[in-house]
Amino acid sequence: MTTRVRLAIFSSGLVLVAALLVDGVSNLPPFGRYAGPYGDIVARLVEPQRHMANAVTAVVFDYRGFDTMGEELILFAAASAVALLLREMRDHDTSDLVEGIRSDALRGVGALAAIVTFVLALQVVAHGFITPGGGFQGGVVLSAAFALVFLTNEYRAYNRLASSSFAEPVEALGAGGYVFLGLLALALGFGFLENFLPFGVTGRLRSGGSAAIVNWSSALAVSGGFALIFSEYLQENVAVRHGRVGK
Amino acid sequence: MEPLQIVAMLYVALGALCVVLARDVVRQALVFSLYGFSLVVLFVVFQAPDVALSALVVSGIAYPLVLVGAIARCHGQRKGGGK
Repeated sequence: MTTRVRLAIFSSGLVLVAALLVDGVSNLPPFGRYAGPYGDIVARLVEPQRHMANAVTAVVFDYRGFDTMGEELILFAAASAVALLLREMRDHDTSDLVEGIRSDALRGVGALAAIVTFVLALQVVAHGFITPGGGFQGGVVLSAAFALVFLTNEYRAYNRLASSSFAEPVEALGAGGYVFLGLLALALGFGFLENFLPFGVTGRLRSGGSAAIVNWSSALAVSGGFALIFSEYLQENVAVRHGRVGK
Repeated sequence: MEPLQIVAMLYVALGALCVVLARDVVRQALVFSLYGFSLVVLFVVFQAPDVALSALVVSGIAYPLVLVGAIARCHGQRKGGGK
């Protein structure tokens, strides 16, 4: 293909995309003007209806908890796929390898940072209905605490903490618990994933009703999923470094 | 539109351009983290703290760790570790 043909194809495509873009942007509502009514309605109703201070988490885990269940299961499927693909390529178990980090100072600071990150993660999850945060954000921070253990301590210590025998049940418990809570609400005569516990007092840690349990199970699913993905990648790298990849 | 919002949007546009222009994968992963941070700033400026927190954990923790793991694996294979 000559340069001229390429340029002709490119410029015709460019004109088409530019025309569509200009047409789309010129028909947008003015900046900052929100046409849909639902945001305003939810912002007004969330406190009297659900006793939650954070409307975003209320939508994510209560009003549209069914959507979030789909997202949870997508992450579950992704983590399972990573584990399936990478484990197929590895011949040997890598749990007996020692990746030593010699600096005591690094290990000490790393352990401290991991503990602080762990507490921060619990804080982010627990206050999901009061301040910005919730199960997803807190779950990722929780998995970062495990990653810190690997980065500053031994591979073996990380493997003990976040091995597949630990991360897998946590992820399964989170994802399964989410679905179970939805079915439990059905069994109790409510709608699927409807909030069936008392809502509590707005702004208190125990507010949120059964959506708070949904929040925690999503934190488990997310942290287990990410810990599983990290540990599969790490085992893969350690196996390559020690020449233990087969096939 | 507030001046601060315009600055945040320009910062995001600049960051996205830098990610595309970085050719080395390791450097691109680092530049991407900066770009992710610019998105966090954008969400905070537009008063969406929940989304900002999500963007922070995804672009600051989850994505770089997976990316660095994948890059390290590919480099290890190229040096004759794999196969």
